[in-house]
Amino acid sequence: MAKSTSSDVLTLIHSLRSAYAATPTNLKIIDLYVVFAIATAVIQVVYMGIVGSFPFNSFLSGVLSCVGTAVLAVCLRIQVNKENKEFKDLPPERAFADFVLCNLVLHLVIMNFLG
Amino acid sequence: MGAKAGSSPPVVPPPASSATSFFPSINGLKLKTKQQELLIRVSILALVYVLAFAIRLFSVLRYESMIHEFDPYFNYRTTLFLTEKGFYEFWNWFDFESWYPLGRIIGGTLYPGLMVTAALIYWTLRFLRFAVHIREVCVLTAPFFASNTTIVAYFFGKEIWDSGAGLVAAALIAICPGYISRSVAGSYDNEGVAIFALLLTFYLFVKAVNTGSLAWALASAFGYFYMVSAWGGYVFIINLVPLYVLVLLVTGRYSMRLYIAYNCMYVLGMLLAMQIRFVGFQHVQSGEHMAAMGVFFLLQVFYFLDWVKFTLNDPKLFYSFLRIALTCAISVGSLALGVGMATGYISPWTGRFYSLLDPTYAKDHIPIIASVSEHQPTAWSSFMFDFHILLFLFPAGLYFCFKRLSDATIFIVMYGLTSMYFAGVMVRLILVAAPAVCLISSIAVSATLKNLTMLIRAKNNATPMGSSKGTASLKASAKASSFDQPLPYQRNVAIALLLGAFYLLSRYAIHCTWVTSEAYSSPSIVLAARGAHGGRVIFDDYREAYFWLRKNTPADAKIMSWWDYGYQITAMGNRTVIVDNNTWNNTHIATVGRAMSSYEDEAYDIMKSLDVDYVLVVFGGVTGYSSDDINKFLWMVRIGGGVFSVIKEPEYLVNGEYRVDKGAAPKMLNCLMYKLCYYRFGEVTTEYGKPPGYDRARGVEIGNKDVKLEYLEEAFTTSNWIIRIYKVKPPKNRW
Repeated sequence: MAKSTSSDVLTLIHSLRSAYAATPTNLKIIDLYVVFAIATAVIQVVYMGIVGSFPFNSFLSGVLSCVGTAVLAVCLRIQVNKENKEFKDLPPERAFADFVLCNLVLHLVIMNFLG
Repeated sequence: MGAKAGSSPPVVPPPASSATSFFPSINGLKLKTKQQELLIRVSILALVYVLAFAIRLFSVLRYESMIHEFDPYFNYRTTLFLTEKGFYEFWNWFDFESWYPLGRIIGGTLYPGLMVTAALIYWTLRFLRFAVHIREVCVLTAPFFASNTTIVAYFFGKEIWDSGAGLVAAALIAICPGYISRSVAGSYDNEGVAIFALLLTFYLFVKAVNTGSLAWALASAFGYFYMVSAWGGYVFIINLVPLYVLVLLVTGRYSMRLYIAYNCMYVLGMLLAMQIRFVGFQHVQSGEHMAAMGVFFLLQVFYFLDWVKFTLNDPKLFYSFLRIALTCAISVGSLALGVGMATGYISPWTGRFYSLLDPTYAKDHIPIIASVSEHQPTAWSSFMFDFHILLFLFPAGLYFCFKRLSDATIFIVMYGLTSMYFAGVMVRLILVAAPAVCLISSIAVSATLKNLTMLIRAKNNATPMGSSKGTASLKASAKASSFDQPLPYQRNVAIALLLGAFYLLSRYAIHCTWVTSEAYSSPSIVLAARGAHGGRVIFDDYREAYFWLRKNTPADAKIMSWWDYGYQITAMGNRTVIVDNNTWNNTHIATVGRAMSSYEDEAYDIMKSLDVDYVLVVFGGVTGYSSDDINKFLWMVRIGGGVFSVIKEPEYLVNGEYRVDKGAAPKMLNCLMYKLCYYRFGEVTTEYGKPPGYDRARGVEIGNKDVKLEYLEEAFTTSNWIIRIYKVKPPKNRW
């Protein structure tokens, strides 16, 4: 049972890798940005675990800015992805402008909340 | 006049000719159908806007432009402070004039949306050089926002169904009594602005789900921020929207647009909401907000799995991946939730909202929530009173919504059903259900009227149409004729039904106007009654008493009264109070309740410990006013007894009955509240043919007519004996 699951996992990883290699470069850049943001959030949570959460608003604003920008990047990816039939009428410039606007609001609120 | 008549004939022909030349020019404009429709729509909306404002002005016309009830006085006082001292002082305000000696951090314990809105309107008008007083702005804020709500209802109806439904929704909500009750002119309370914010947030969210645009989702986040700043009922939004997302996921109607809309709104909305000090970190710590966070994480997992399935293109491989991912996600999620609830980091549902899920909870555990009249369960008569024909149009609208299910109609159905459930639990929440009921009913009305008018306008095609236009029209006409053929008097029946619909809607309008005029336009601070000869008698005792306090007591005097009147005393009397309507400290209120229900000497000790200078009681025995302190007295006993076991409720009752006449319990006849209310009342004849000391509110002759006060002396009694103020005497000299 263990052998089949481990071989399963290996084939899984292989097929995921090969499927992912086929995605266009702009989407890969967005994915990299998302991974970077989530990694920063994880680092902040680990730091909070070590140091304590005293200015809780600062901790929350840091983590939420990372999570927020990651989520917004995923939304951008969805809107820009050519394979999504729902968004084929949406020009990618408009999607990017929405993304920038939302990020602007996000970071303004974060700066107010940072304390 | 004669000269004018004489001069008019030669003048008449030119105007007549210009009039006749004027009319052809209107017809000559030859408006296209689309423009005619736009003109009709805009004029209807303009009329509905004015109607929504005008119907709420009854009390301003009958009495004067003043703030009603109790809570609005606090809002007025804070708005006054904001306009005088500026936003920074307002945001960091610590008030030492209420809850003596504790004080209250007003900046951190209020919802600033209403005050900031009124202050902005005031500053705008001042900038345009209109010399208005802030009180006028406060009085008219609620009707103004009610008018704005009708516009939002139009757009929302248009989004759900079509523009016809939007117009009907706007018209229905303009005069719906359930909404009017909390938004008349003078009712300067959070709900007046909050219902506008609620409907706006819902409309923007549904628009975001329909279009999948980040810009609309951002707008809905701002709408949510406005709602959070305005009212504690925002908890409804933060639970309904995740529930809606969950329903869409479960029924398989999800799409990428849902992901974009919910995520953007949740993250940005949560961040914006945490800027309000009163809300603080509740979005990550309170049990009431955990549903939204749970759905947020669920959405990430769900769409990630969806994306993997799409990329892999191999079902077997995907199933193994699914198993691994699901076990990980569920275990992590439940572990986090379990740890959070066990350590108490995630607080459980608080009393006010828990009593919505379990209506019997407050009565047993939290008497102060149970005592508020607005928190009682709703009777059927209240539903009929507040909704009228909308009550049976609501199920009809639900039927139409289920016939044409889309993301938007699913949302409105869920909003309608959940809000109707909560409206059944608590009377006050009929207000939250009103927009949903109006929208769903408008769908029923609009669809029915459309079908009926289509039947009337259909040309007689008993014979099938010629095939000149091709097979499509032939098929359509064949279908139509197959419906037309069996119903001979169809057109007449349709006209009759249409007339019936008009009759119903006109009765609705008459009912709403009557209800507003009779039931919802009373300022509560000024009482009116019919005199013996039918003329109107006004009792302005409340303001008389507060003005007396303002002018005849030292500036640092402390007033003890029941918590209902605290806000009014601080706003109009400008004096420090012991407890007020905020009711944030139950023990302090219980102390006051204990003082009111004890014998005079025990009460004197309590009053001395609180530095009380004056005591204020409300008494309705002379006028028959039934919302006075003697009728509220049992709640004082219950709340006081809830904290201090020395107060026992059965001691004030006789065989479980609450009486004030000769057969009343001895503790009742000698407690402080009784003495203060009935001091010198034994000498007063209130009604012809009744003995002196006849209490008109209870309908009995009082038991203890010979009231002597040892530690207090009477300071002021208003002209109709409604408010009585007593001064606490300093302690006697010790020899």
